[in-house]
Amino acid sequence: MKILIVDDFSTMRRIIKNLLRDLGFTNTHEADDGSTALPMLRGGDFDFLVTDWNMPGMTGIDLLKEVRADQKLVSLPVLMVTAEAKRDQIIEAAQAGVNGYVVKPFTAQVLKEKIDKIFERVNN
Amino acid sequence: MGNPASAREDEKFMALLQESANQLVDKLQNNEYENASDIIHRLLEARDAHIFNSVGQLTRGLHNAIVNFNVDADVTTNPPEVKNSEIRDASDRLQYVLDLTQAAADKTMDKVEAAAPIAMNLGQEAHRLKDEWKKLKRREMSKEQFKELYSSIDDFLDQMGEGTDLLNRHLQEIILEQGFQDLTGQVLKKVIGLITDVESELVNLMRIAGQVEEVTGLASDEDNKKEETDAIKAEGPAMHADKRDDVVSGQDDVDDLLSSLGF
Repeated sequence: MKILIVDDFSTMRRIIKNLLRDLGFTNTHEADDGSTALPMLRGGDFDFLVTDWNMPGMTGIDLLKEVRADQKLVSLPVLMVTAEAKRDQIIEAAQAGVNGYVVKPFTAQVLKEKIDKIFERVNN
Repeated sequence: MGNPASAREDEKFMALLQESANQLVDKLQNNEYENASDIIHRLLEARDAHIFNSVGQLTRGLHNAIVNFNVDADVTTNPPEVKNSEIRDASDRLQYVLDLTQAAADKTMDKVEAAAPIAMNLGQEAHRLKDEWKKLKRREMSKEQFKELYSSIDDFLDQMGEGTDLLNRHLQEIILEQGFQDLTGQVLKKVIGLITDVESELVNLMRIAGQVEEVTGLASDEDNKKEETDAIKAEGPAMHADKRDDVVSGQDDVDDLLSSLGF
């Protein structure tokens, strides 16, 4: 499974990368904002997108909207991992078609739960 | 207004107004329009002086604020080129915090990534030897196998000694790396101090500007409209999340909210 991790902080990308590796996902790639992520997603056959919300350039919510508007990417599972914790934001992300929402700081357990849930639903 | 100088000015002006009002009524009743006009001019001049005074105070206040923040700027250019200031200094300090936390996070993760395989290898070897040891205790071991176990225990004890030394070193280095909290904490405290100073200088300037507005009769209601917060604009980690209604207080809240939306 090919996964793209999008976050402007390399530390957070590394943490998520490590957690994913522990969960058995080793094919991970990184981008530091939506505008670098989008061409990667369009060009490569990614199976899963993990993105932050607050990033310079293109934000995660805009990336999500672009993904859902792209015929090739419309059904790509997207997990938002972000410090943005306003109710309106979570509702906005849900309406934009996010598959899971994890607020930072998070635990390995929570990340695993959400990823399992997403793939359970995608596979059914 | 709390400023005694300004209060004195106000008193003087009110006294002049009172005196002039009586005179003005007299002159107007006696149809002495030229004299009445003189009185009105005198009042206008007094009012202008009051305005100039207040503007002067505002300028001095601004000047003091700029001096207090050690702003070294070339104001002849437009926009003025800021060569140095405490704000600029604060930006540098915050950048330092960013760099230091980044370096500490990277180093800590380096150490953990270096330590994890050591711990894993020692654990695997211990499990393997335990199985062999059980065999020995059950007397299910040939002489050859026992010889092998004998030497692998030797090897394991060596590995154990080296491995735990290495693990200890990594753990100590991770502890040391946490020193960033002290260094960044000191810098952040300085920046918080500066922000508090900026706030009080701004309040001071607003007070003086308020006097100018009062004297000139300029209303400022329009300027004071608060910028409306964009409901979905990214704002980073929420401060005082427990005291805010519009912010979730943790992952459980997020899950509840999403399940209420049919997730």
